[in-house]
Amino acid sequence: MFISDDSDWDPSKPETQEAYKRVGEWFEQHSKSGKITGGEELKSTTTATTVRQRNGKISVTDGPFSESKESIGGYALVDVKDLDEAIAMAKTWPVLSTIEIRPLVTHDAPSARLEP
Amino acid sequence: MQDALVAALEHWPREGIPDNPGAWLMTTARRKGIDRLRREARYRDKLAQLQEEPMQRSPAGGDERLELIFACCHPALPRESQVALTLRSVLGMTTAQIARAFVTPEATIAQRLVRAKRKIADSGIPMRVPDQSELPDRLAEILAVLYLLFNEGYVASASPERRGLAEDARWLAELVVRLMPDEPEAIGLQALMALQLARAAARFTSDGRLVLLQDQDRSRWDRQAIAGGLALLERAARMRRSGPYQVQAAIAACHAEATSWEVTDWTQILMLYEGLVRMTGSAVVRLNRAIALSHVAGPARALADVDALSDELDRYHLLHATRAALLRDLGRPDEAREADRRALGLTENPAERALLMERIGR
Repeated sequence: MFISDDSDWDPSKPETQEAYKRVGEWFEQHSKSGKITGGEELKSTTTATTVRQRNGKISVTDGPFSESKESIGGYALVDVKDLDEAIAMAKTWPVLSTIEIRPLVTHDAPSARLEP
Repeated sequence: MQDALVAALEHWPREGIPDNPGAWLMTTARRKGIDRLRREARYRDKLAQLQEEPMQRSPAGGDERLELIFACCHPALPRESQVALTLRSVLGMTTAQIARAFVTPEATIAQRLVRAKRKIADSGIPMRVPDQSELPDRLAEILAVLYLLFNEGYVASASPERRGLAEDARWLAELVVRLMPDEPEAIGLQALMALQLARAAARFTSDGRLVLLQDQDRSRWDRQAIAGGLALLERAARMRRSGPYQVQAAIAACHAEATSWEVTDWTQILMLYEGLVRMTGSAVVRLNRAIALSHVAGPARALADVDALSDELDRYHLLHATRAALLRDLGRPDEAREADRRALGLTENPAERALLMERIGR
C-alpha cells in the first residue's frame, strides 16, 4: 500500500508529472519480471466518502475514514518469496512516500490431497 | 537463474569466488530450481523449530544458527523482540533470564516472544542470510543481540553453566566476522569478547565466588588470548570507522594491558568512556564512566554522577553496588550497607549475591 500526503500530489505540477513517469516505469519493470500481479491507483481523499456502521446506525460522511494527513494512494499486489524481497522492491519505489507491506490472507484448500 | 545469483551473493563472500563462476551459476541455477520446491517445506521446518523448544545444537549447525539469528533480528520486528527472540530461540535462555537482562517483567517478555513468533510466521520473514546489500544494516541488530548474550554469559546470571553463553556469543561473533570481514564494529565486538574472556579464569575462585578486577591474580590471565584481542582491535582500528564496540574493546584492552590494578590507566579509560557516552547516551555507560571518574577525581565526584542516575537505573543492581562501594570509600558504612542490600534484592546471580552478602556482613 502506497501511503502519502495527497496534498503534495498536484497533477498540474511538472514534478508530479515526472513522478508519474517514474512510477509507471517502476510498475512496468516489476510487472515484466512477474513480481507485480495487480494494483491500482486511488483518486485523492477529496473524493472519499466514508460509510460507518456503529451501534446499529449507519452514517454516510464526506471525507476519508481517518483524519490523518496521510492516506492510501494505491496498492500493488506482488508475488514474492518472502518479506525481504518485498522490502527490497519497496526500497526501489521511485517517489517519496511510505509503503506498508502486508501479506494477503489466503483461504487455502485443504492440502490433504497432496498427502499419500 | 536469479536465485542462483542470489546464492552467489550469499556464498561467494563466505566461501570465495569459485574457479569457474559461469559453470557454478548454471549448476546452482538447476539446483535452485529444486530448492524452490523444497523451500516451503524447509521454511516450515525452521519455523517449527522456532515455535517449539530452543533448537538443538548440531556440530555443523553454525550457519543454520546464523540464518535463524538473521530472522530473529529482522528489522520488521521491534528491537526488543529481536533480542528476546534470539536469546530464547537460538540459545535457549529462559524467559526469566531474558527478563533480568532487560530489567523488564517476565510477563512482558513472554508476550513479546509470542507476538514476535506470530509476526515471523504471518508476514513471511525469511530464514536466510540476507543479500550482501542488506548485510550492514542487518549486522547492527545482530551485534546488539550478541553483546547482550555475551554479557548474560559473562556475568553468569542464575548458574555457572550459563557462562558457556559468553563462549557461544564469541563463537557467533567470530562467524559474523568471517562472513563480513570488512565490518570494524563486528571485529570490535569480537575483540571485546576475546579480551574479556581472556580474564575469565581469574574472575571466580575455585568455589565459584566472584573476584573483583582489583583483586584478580593477573598471572592467570590468558596472555595469548589478550594478544589475540589486541590484534583484532588493531585490525578494526585500521578501518578508521570507530564505534561503541571498538571503544569498549579499547577499554577492555586498557585493563588487560595493565600489569597491576595500581598502574591501570584510568585517565585513558575515562576518556574512552566519555567517547562512549557521546556515542550511546546510555545510562549504564554513564554509570561505568562514574566508576572511572572515581579513580581519577575521587569518590565524591563519582557519587554525585551515580546519584543523578538513580531514578533511571533504580532497578539495576550494579547502580546500588557501585553506590555502596563509593559510600564505603567516603567513610559512610551504614549507607553503604543499605545500598548493598538494595543491590542484593535485585540480583539472583549466586556469585554476585555471595559477594554482596560478604560486604553487608563485614
